[in-house]
Amino acid sequence: MNRVGVAMFAMAAIFSVAAPFMLKPFGIYLISMWAVLTVAAIGLNLTLGYAGQVSLAQGAFVGIGAYTAALLTQAGCPFVLAFLAAGLLTFAIGWLLGYPALRVQHHYLAFVTLAFTTLVFLLLRNEQWLTNGIYGINGIARPAFLAWSTAKPLNFYFFCLGTLVVLSLATWWMLRSPWGRAFVALRENPTRAASLGIDTRRYTLMAFAIGSSLGGLAGALYAPLVQFIEPGSFALNLSFNLLLMVIVGGSGYFFGPFIGALVAVLLPEWMRVAESYYLIVYATLIMVMMAFCPSGLLGLMERLLQAAARRGQLTPALRAKEAAQ
Amino acid sequence: MSRLSLFAATIVASLGIAHTAFAQSTVYIPAILELSGAGAVSGTNFRDGMLLAIDEINAKGGLLGRKIDTPLLDTQSDAGISRAQLQKVLDNNPYVVLGPVFSGSVLVDMALTQQAEIPEIVGGEAAAITQKDDPYVFRTSFGQQFSMPKIANYIRDGVKAKSVAVLWVNNDFGKGGRDTFIKEMAARDIKVVADISTESGQADFSADVVKIKGANADSIFVYLNEEESARFLREAKKQGITAPLIGETTLLGQKVIDLAQGAAEGVRGHVGLTVDAPIPPVQEFAERFKKRFNYVCDHNGIKGYTAVYIIKHVTEKMGKFDSKLFAQTLHGMTITPQDEPGVLMEVTFDNNGDLDRQSFLGEVVNGKQKIVAILPKLGK
Amino acid sequence: MASLIQLLVSGLATGAIYALIAVGFTLLWQTSQTINFAQGEFVMLPAFFVLATMNLGAPLWFAALVGVAASVVVLGLLFKFIVVDPMLRYGVLPLVISTIALSILLKESVKDFYSSQAQPFPALVPPTDIHVLGAVVSTQSLAVLAVAIITVATLHVLLNKTRLGRSMQATAQNPALARILGIPVQRMVLYTFLINAILVAIASILISPIYLAKFTNGETLGMTAFVAAIIGGFNQVRGAILGGVLLGVLDNLSAAYLSSQYRAAFPLLILIAVILFRPQGLLGRIEERTV
Repeated sequence: MNRVGVAMFAMAAIFSVAAPFMLKPFGIYLISMWAVLTVAAIGLNLTLGYAGQVSLAQGAFVGIGAYTAALLTQAGCPFVLAFLAAGLLTFAIGWLLGYPALRVQHHYLAFVTLAFTTLVFLLLRNEQWLTNGIYGINGIARPAFLAWSTAKPLNFYFFCLGTLVVLSLATWWMLRSPWGRAFVALRENPTRAASLGIDTRRYTLMAFAIGSSLGGLAGALYAPLVQFIEPGSFALNLSFNLLLMVIVGGSGYFFGPFIGALVAVLLPEWMRVAESYYLIVYATLIMVMMAFCPSGLLGLMERLLQAAARRGQLTPALRAKEAAQ
Repeated sequence: MSRLSLFAATIVASLGIAHTAFAQSTVYIPAILELSGAGAVSGTNFRDGMLLAIDEINAKGGLLGRKIDTPLLDTQSDAGISRAQLQKVLDNNPYVVLGPVFSGSVLVDMALTQQAEIPEIVGGEAAAITQKDDPYVFRTSFGQQFSMPKIANYIRDGVKAKSVAVLWVNNDFGKGGRDTFIKEMAARDIKVVADISTESGQADFSADVVKIKGANADSIFVYLNEEESARFLREAKKQGITAPLIGETTLLGQKVIDLAQGAAEGVRGHVGLTVDAPIPPVQEFAERFKKRFNYVCDHNGIKGYTAVYIIKHVTEKMGKFDSKLFAQTLHGMTITPQDEPGVLMEVTFDNNGDLDRQSFLGEVVNGKQKIVAILPKLGK
Repeated sequence: MASLIQLLVSGLATGAIYALIAVGFTLLWQTSQTINFAQGEFVMLPAFFVLATMNLGAPLWFAALVGVAASVVVLGLLFKFIVVDPMLRYGVLPLVISTIALSILLKESVKDFYSSQAQPFPALVPPTDIHVLGAVVSTQSLAVLAVAIITVATLHVLLNKTRLGRSMQATAQNPALARILGIPVQRMVLYTFLINAILVAIASILISPIYLAKFTNGETLGMTAFVAAIIGGFNQVRGAILGGVLLGVLDNLSAAYLSSQYRAAFPLLILIAVILFRPQGLLGRIEERTV
């Protein structure tokens, strides 16, 4: 990473640790939500940005994780076990869904995952004996670890932040491994990767399953954050929002999900000056952003930095030539 | 580097660190409502009724000399966002909070307002809302645990039906009503021969009508939202359903009657809160609403309007702005239209936050809602 | 038996609507790789153009023409030049996100600038009921069916029997080759957008008397259109029709005989099955994958 990147990363890290002490409970709640959504977005980034698969199922996996964690903790299970269970269950379901689904071309996968999300919503809503149906599950407690209770907003935020850091490091390590490099090869040129003997299907399936389990883990954090879950929160809207986060942040960039989630959480708040028209402004902004920097904010930043770097190395003649283009 | 700090400052400001100073000349009564998403119709109706009341009060000098300041916060019909917005307003010390309407969001928000000891006047009708021992939650319409018994009595005594088919919309409003209704039917030994769920936004009711016809019930209880009620009524008429159609407020509303274009003839039921009630203050309110907003409001509009006037009355009774005392004062209080015209009909609040009020039995005759009986308050 | 016929007839009428919407969706995808997630809102919007015009005092037939014209301009021309063209070179995904954002934009605009309440919409034919084969069908549904059939037949003739139509098909199958052959590819693509705009306007005027004009109409309609298009077969207009009708009938049958709580699930299950086992759809041709 270059100097600007390191500086920004350091600033962000300091900010994420220090800022909460200056915030009111609402602000703390927002950044806790940011941390939780970032986990889900990292998962989707893995599936979409690195393995190149368009998945609209991430919202459903967040929901499955949330319900698993909520039901287990309300039945008396300690949070850590519920958290792991959420991750494992969504990994398994992701694997089972991906096995047949990833055989189809990209846009078809979008529709299969779209159908899956709606089916999961229907199950969560109709099977009242299991999920309490449309009424949702209320009064989900914030976990406590030994003597440290996360009931206070600040404590819960640091708990979310800590989990985010751990999961990000795990993802970073995985992507740096030889195995992770194969993902990137797949995205660039699947046919070539296949001709090199890489079992593309196995890698994409793993990426999809790991991405799904990150969604499930995010759900396990979402449940104690809001302390109430209902089927409607995990339907297509959430999948679209997560997709938006990954694309706006920069699909395929490691820090894309962090930026994308920040924008998704903060933009509606900034837009509230537009009062009831804020959704219209938000939608327009998204469309404009897609038209001008479809590689996301990080892609845009990369282009600007590259342009600046190139300009530093150009002789006057070359600079004039570039300006003329 | 300065650009980065500007960026950081913007983030910090938006997270609410900036201290919003409220002038002493206003009182902060925020509204958290479903202004987009699945609940948009209910939320916007509630909002408009509320705004009408606020503007009327502010035009006459405000509340104890202070203007009412009601920022509107959209929950997007999502409980998580609703909680975030509530947290935001709680950080700024509101006097009373208004909304939300969706029961799921209400349940989440209630826990926070109870902790903060701020009264909340909500629009949700689910029975569970007033069964949580929360001294700070109030509502300005019947909970389903009060409206359903009245319907059930009507079906047993008025229609004299021995069997009923239930048609309900599959959201927390419809399911809550259906669950309470089924319980009331069981308590009166009336058999439920068909239990049919429909989707919100459904357009084709032919399958549901076919099933209802096949069930051969003595009566049919319909608990849907407005457009779906109209569409269902048209399909029912088309396929020639003859059993009496019974509804609760929505089915007999003028809007549904108009949208159904003649298919609503003969529909009967219980009417809790409606602009069609033959009570002069309600009629005048409906006129003012229509003139200002250009549409006919539903019962959510009345909920919003009366909520604001109830706040006014309690505050004037106390003579000061005391959130905790507000809740204590409102419990057990009776407010008549003589004391406070804005309350439109006499109400009495119980200790759970529910209200007791007159309601009506009605029938659709010649394209208009006709009130056939006035049901008195339970407490009288 | 009478109830089965009733379900089939009602399902056919509803299915005809889905078919109209699915056809436009398919056309856009075929010719310009545009997956229009705002298609449902495209069907919701023209009705409001008509209502707004009528509020200014115009009679229905004039307002309908204005509605179609406005649809062509906004949902055809503006959509193509402002939304689709700038984004096509970036690939399908940014365009998908844009159309999702567009659907929010259209929905919220109608809600904020017109009304959040359902509006009654005047019917083109007087609503009476006809008894056929023991089932009751409204004249409105018959009108929908008739117009849908005529529209699709016209489209079929246009696409297959005219030179223009065959140029459009060529553009859809192989744009590079079509360009070499001298076909003005961009203009062909523009025509599909205009045709889609006309189709959705017609669908909107047909269904609004039954559905009532409301800003949320697009949500379920759009979803059903995608499912119908894929099940039927993405590279055949006939496929979209079959898909639409199949879904209309299936929804009624599953709600009546299987489960009303899961009625929305059956089309989705069929969608998954079709995508996995016969991705070209029931009537589609297998597409060659270019490397």
